[in-house]
Amino acid sequence: MHIPDGYLSPSTCAVLYAGAAAGWYSALKRLQRMLLARVIPLISVFAAFSFVIMMFNLPLPGGTTGHALGVAIAAIVLGPSGAILALSLAIAIQALFFGDGGISTLGANCFNMAIVGSLAAYGVYRMIAARAALASKRRVVAAAVAGYLAVSASALLAAIEFGIQPMLFHDASGTPLYAPYRLSVAIPAMMIGHLTFAGLAEAAISAGVLAYLQVADPVLLRGTSGCEASCESIELQPASHALRQLWIAIAALMLLTPLGILAAGTAWGEWAPAQLAHAAAQAPSATSPAQAAPAGLQRLANLWTAPFPAYAPGFVKSRSFGYLLSAMFGIGVLLCFSLSAQYLLRRRRRKGTPV
Amino acid sequence: MRRGFLESTTMGFARAITRVMLSERTARQRGLLQSLDPRVRVVGLFALLLAATVSRRLSVIAAVLAVAIALAVFSRVSLFGLAKRVWLVVLAFTGVIALPAIFVTPGHPVAHLGNATITEQGLRAAALLVLRVETAVTFSTLLVLCTPWSHVLKALRALGLPREAISMLAMTYRYVFLLVETATQMLDSRRSRTVGVLPPAEQRRMAARTAGVLLSKSLATGNDVYLAMQSRGFQGEVQVLSTFSLTLWDYIALLLFLLAASVAMWMGR
Repeated sequence: MHIPDGYLSPSTCAVLYAGAAAGWYSALKRLQRMLLARVIPLISVFAAFSFVIMMFNLPLPGGTTGHALGVAIAAIVLGPSGAILALSLAIAIQALFFGDGGISTLGANCFNMAIVGSLAAYGVYRMIAARAALASKRRVVAAAVAGYLAVSASALLAAIEFGIQPMLFHDASGTPLYAPYRLSVAIPAMMIGHLTFAGLAEAAISAGVLAYLQVADPVLLRGTSGCEASCESIELQPASHALRQLWIAIAALMLLTPLGILAAGTAWGEWAPAQLAHAAAQAPSATSPAQAAPAGLQRLANLWTAPFPAYAPGFVKSRSFGYLLSAMFGIGVLLCFSLSAQYLLRRRRRKGTPV
Repeated sequence: MRRGFLESTTMGFARAITRVMLSERTARQRGLLQSLDPRVRVVGLFALLLAATVSRRLSVIAAVLAVAIALAVFSRVSLFGLAKRVWLVVLAFTGVIALPAIFVTPGHPVAHLGNATITEQGLRAAALLVLRVETAVTFSTLLVLCTPWSHVLKALRALGLPREAISMLAMTYRYVFLLVETATQMLDSRRSRTVGVLPPAEQRRMAARTAGVLLSKSLATGNDVYLAMQSRGFQGEVQVLSTFSLTLWDYIALLLFLLAASVAMWMGR
């Protein structure tokens, strides 16, 4: 998953350096609330530990082996801010002193694995583990799933970065200048290996280390346990910050919505009747192709007309802005629905409570 | 013979340490890059790496690779070692990734291989990727090989990286070796008590136990370092010594690096 130099365009590298810098700055600021003298050795030694863990060659089912990142362990023991810095340091040491992973792509690698990986691992672990006891088996499962999904999320991000290269960077003859495969090839190619070997390796090491710590050193798990005992945490984690992170993630996703413009054609299975008839006529088939959309589809197609067809309200000229507006509208509707449901449930609960 | 977790991991550790020792030895030799101020080395090599990444022409990237080879020769970096460590590894890894692009990239057909069609655009895309990665990785390897880590850190500080980050990078690098040694000793002691081949499930359990113990040891070490820093009167202010001074030769070399990079970027646009 370590992207070497030369696979991504300089502008992609610059954007991902900027994204990583924002993550590093925010993580450092949050940790500076603790004593700097405490933070520096803790993060440094943990980074060295992550580096060593990345060199473990784990045997996997089926006779193969895989390397883990240690991202879930870092997120569980240090919390997301500490994990972001520790893993970034480990990745930087690999690139600068051991020649593993690129220097121009260091920002991309840190963004994918250290920042997104740590946040994903932390979020999944907290969600599944909830307030289970420190010695609970549920926490072992949570660590395994967190590790697996964090590696998958990092790999997916790397695949998207590879996949957008031929769309954005090609010469006049259509020759891709950097990673040559489109999203439709890059995503499956990356994900097959990571959903199997790398994901399993991460799940195995995360679950194994967590199970070991439950018995040998449970204090290390308190920091991110979500229990009252977290007062002895390595990193302070106010609840409002988790919500703020969620808002930041939603805002980032909203800003990324114009990426949809890059995709060519219509999403599979989302055709209009006319497009379906056209696609059917084009498809090489042994049987005679359909010349028109099925009658049922024709009849039902006009039953509901979307207010923002193709994610672009009629009054908006710019497609990118239309995508953003649609994302904001969609999130607004979901929020209203969620708040109304929450309000109704609370009222029902209050009514049901005996006085 | 298939190697288990213990053997393959200890061999990986040994390989990494050997690489670092080789880098440190090459970095202390007398040579062109080694004679330059580390800041000039970092900026110059990064500018050339960027030029190779920006360029859209195969001939220009090949010329930048020729510059990298010339720099390696004048810096007494073994071309055989570079070929073994970089060029062949990149060719094998990136070559496998680039190969299908020859067939799947749409464009003008130039040849047919069974049912598959080789396109001009596909050939160019694969060649661009392989040559670009070879060139970029050569420059980053030259930087690693010709610069002691303490100089890289000082150069990064001079280029504006925060003191805290430099301090953490320096400390991480130092403790990587301590933890690699600790892990090697743990695995060696386990190997000396192991007869026969362990089943994979037991090997995974052993890996998790080793990682868990290493984690506890790491955090205990972090705590010891913190207490040592406290006892030495650390107040949170990181000091980094930077005693470099640029000579006329450094200025000329920097100018030449930037000129070469600019020419490559302009010609390769």
